[in-house]
Amino acid sequence: MKCNKLVDVGRRQFLRGGVMSAAGAAAATIVAPAPAKAQSLARVDYPSNRLANLSELKPNEPMDIAYPDADSPGVLLKLGSAVEGGVGPDGDVVAFSVLCPHKGWQLSYNAGDKTLNCPGHFSRFDCEAGGQQTWGHATQNLPQFMLRIDDKGDIFAEGVDELIYGRLSNMLA
Amino acid sequence: MAYKRQIDRLPIIPAGAREQNVTCHYCIVGCGYRAYTWPVNRQGSAQSNWSGEDLSQQQPMETDAWYAPSMYNVVKQNGQDVHLVIKPDHDCVVNAGLGSVRGARMAENRRSDIYGTQQQRLTDPLVWRYGTWQPTTWDDALDLVARVTARVIDKENEDDLFVSMFDHGGSAGGYENTWGTGKLYFGSMKVKHCRIHNRPAYNSEVHSSRDMGVDELNYGYGDYEVTDTIFLVGANPIETQTNLFLNHMMPGMRSGARVLVVDPRRTVTINACEEVAGAENVLHLQINSGTDLALFNALFTHIADQGWVDADFIAKSTFAEGIAVPEDEAHPANLGSFEAAREACRISTAEAAEICGVAEADIVKAAEWIARPKDDGSRRKCVTAYEKGIIWGNDNYRTIGALLNIALATGNVGREGGGCCRLGGHQEGYYRPSDAHVGRPAPYIDQLLIAGRGKVHHIWANDHYKTTLNASAFKREYNRRTNMVKEAMDARAGATREEMVDAIVAAINAGGLFSVNVDIIHSQIGQQAHVILPAVESGEMNLTSMNGERRLRLTEKYMDGPGQALPDCLIAARLANALERVLREEGRNDYADQFKGYDWQTEEDAFMDGYHQGNPEVTYERLRTMGNNGVQEPVKGFENGQLVGTPRLYEDGVFTRHGREDGKALFMAGGWRGLEAPGKAQQKANHRFLINNGRSNINWQNWFLDQDNDFVSDRFPLPYLQINPEDAAELGLKNGDMAEVYNDVGATQAMVYIEPTARRNETFMLFGAPSGTQGNVINAGTNTLILPNYKQTWANIRKIADASPATAKLSFKSWEVEL
Repeated sequence: MKCNKLVDVGRRQFLRGGVMSAAGAAAATIVAPAPAKAQSLARVDYPSNRLANLSELKPNEPMDIAYPDADSPGVLLKLGSAVEGGVGPDGDVVAFSVLCPHKGWQLSYNAGDKTLNCPGHFSRFDCEAGGQQTWGHATQNLPQFMLRIDDKGDIFAEGVDELIYGRLSNMLA
Repeated sequence: MAYKRQIDRLPIIPAGAREQNVTCHYCIVGCGYRAYTWPVNRQGSAQSNWSGEDLSQQQPMETDAWYAPSMYNVVKQNGQDVHLVIKPDHDCVVNAGLGSVRGARMAENRRSDIYGTQQQRLTDPLVWRYGTWQPTTWDDALDLVARVTARVIDKENEDDLFVSMFDHGGSAGGYENTWGTGKLYFGSMKVKHCRIHNRPAYNSEVHSSRDMGVDELNYGYGDYEVTDTIFLVGANPIETQTNLFLNHMMPGMRSGARVLVVDPRRTVTINACEEVAGAENVLHLQINSGTDLALFNALFTHIADQGWVDADFIAKSTFAEGIAVPEDEAHPANLGSFEAAREACRISTAEAAEICGVAEADIVKAAEWIARPKDDGSRRKCVTAYEKGIIWGNDNYRTIGALLNIALATGNVGREGGGCCRLGGHQEGYYRPSDAHVGRPAPYIDQLLIAGRGKVHHIWANDHYKTTLNASAFKREYNRRTNMVKEAMDARAGATREEMVDAIVAAINAGGLFSVNVDIIHSQIGQQAHVILPAVESGEMNLTSMNGERRLRLTEKYMDGPGQALPDCLIAARLANALERVLREEGRNDYADQFKGYDWQTEEDAFMDGYHQGNPEVTYERLRTMGNNGVQEPVKGFENGQLVGTPRLYEDGVFTRHGREDGKALFMAGGWRGLEAPGKAQQKANHRFLINNGRSNINWQNWFLDQDNDFVSDRFPLPYLQINPEDAAELGLKNGDMAEVYNDVGATQAMVYIEPTARRNETFMLFGAPSGTQGNVINAGTNTLILPNYKQTWANIRKIADASPATAKLSFKSWEVEL
């Protein structure tokens, strides 16, 4: 007996939602992933993708990105104060997946307390504590994108520390 | 940094993987899950897999074709290593594919010798020998248990055997295991010195509801979706019955239901209700702790005075004249007619507002939301849900009865969109011989143990050290008495079994206590045990339970238990076998005969011997067919290959739970009488802070598995203590600091979590934690009928230490979503 009584709001959210727009916004910065040699390795081979330049970031204003490909939306943040795991001259640049690891709803950024919040079931994740789930239903903390900044201030994502919602391999194949 | 698994991909479930029905073994809601197992040398691919989806593509939100790393493990099945995925079942009506932060970690919380998870699980019987615990066989361990036990029990005289035994479903409980233990202690024996896993006596948590004729689980979860008002009392369902809230209460709110919450604390549930229903449709009656009874009596009085009652229902289905059951030691209030209750409960909204510390207008508004007919004259539907806030709160008997009075007066029991139910903790799964010999009020077991009573203590998945009241005193005495036996055993190292039993019995007779601990892990009270017996959990055995809407399901065994571990029902059976053998050896044949009837080879044998005898339609095979949607108890028949159940109780308006032949429900005629349990008012007067307490979303029960789960222990290495910012500043406390909570009965520790919504001088501490037991500061005084009052506890607070590396890095932000 199929009785899926989850509210429709979720599906509408997905259809109109940020996944497509984020992917669109970020498409220009995507570098094609390395070819299929990753499949023979014990871990997936992450691409080094340029996300933005430091000069484009404003403190506490989220920038839509996608990593490791256009279908995996994320957020790039200059938090304004140093955090563990932060990069850049101020140690405050971080990036996270914005697909809630509970049910894949798109998280929204709350600049007030620098958290990512889920409109579906109200989980929230702390951008200043490595994406720790402050409260919620996900069984993992928020996937964080590993960042590197080069001499010119270009910010590259080069890895992910948890499984991204909706894919059983962080690199789709 | 927050804990991360560094998992970048997972094995894909192949098409044709074995599938097993699983009901989550944690909370009462009992979400449906599917367990997939397949050989280690096989895997699916992006194009060929169990889901039929192309997994080379990103899957959409709420997909059925994804699972988290916490849902995966490698375990043993029939002796072979297999992949295991346990993922939420999208076809289950309970949860519709939702997993909670507890249940969706079931796979990760299985013992795996490959991935090293849950290595704390017990694998072998252990006997205290040579100054520590030594692994041994079942025969050896049970022989010692039986020989010592047989020395302190006799026909018609089993009062020196104390038993602590779970009565719940799910987990390692269920109909199989409550029957196994129940048959042993209430059938073969008539043990009266016994208690249940979460309270110090063998009694009901909801005596008054049953005495009034109303089973405490009387609705279906669908009633939340079609009601006008959801009335939550002392309950925090988004954290402790998560998918009931997300999948049934939220749709109710979206269909227009308003929400009324009675709680001294602003919980995250209230925040979520405001998000869903709109703040204008949520009323939080933030009462003074322990004043629920005054509030409910005022609501009842006001509703009755306004005439917002269901007169036809009262006339047809409730007792009409005067008092039916007079107040006595076993019934802490008169029970009788609606009018008798009105008289006894009468209290004005103004007076209640003063006692409860809320605005009188809000009490009136609450009464309107519950009962005032709609503008078109039709009756308002209201579903009432309560849980530990009043079950473990002040004056349990009268308070629950007073709440049920409101539901009965407004005709909201046995109707669509109604019901007056407890929400529940564990699932249920109780099937035992009568406990009438225990008596009412039941003996206060923990106090008797502290007082030196009892000689042998059998413990089945209870950890008093973490979850009882007056725990400081209990641990002190229990350590002392059990250490007497350990020392006696140590002094006779190398002795024969007969000599050792003599040494143990001599220590017992000198005031010692012989402790036998059946559990799945080495618990805190288990540190004092002399024999430890390893049990399995749901999924490591076939196990039946029912959820909070009486939905009965069979969880199918999907993996082997650890080592020699056995289902509790089979441990009980083998203990019965051992007792029979020892008693016969001793020539006590009449008594030995009482221990016949345990020739069970499997848990299904125990099920057929117990539950099936009382419910002959129900078999494992039929439950398998019913899958994760199961059947709602009571089961009425079997038609067209399906078990036929009962979606809602009392639709005929006939109330039977009290056993009255007239089928009439009774009202509670119990007035407000202040803080009822001994010592509470004094403790309140002498200490600054309320130490309100309860559960969290992430930690299941007393953390018995979660204490070995990296994701959970990373979030809360210590129990949190939510405290108002100004209070914290006055005490020099910062987030992550370790605080000591101390009062007249004991002390404990907690991690400071500054919470702006906490009221001044009112804290909330996580209950049951291994690294800071809140029960240490709960006094011994209980409500009538030995119902513990954990909630009304007062203490002082001081700083012990600055934040540690484990706590300094944590998120201490608000739990309230801000979109």
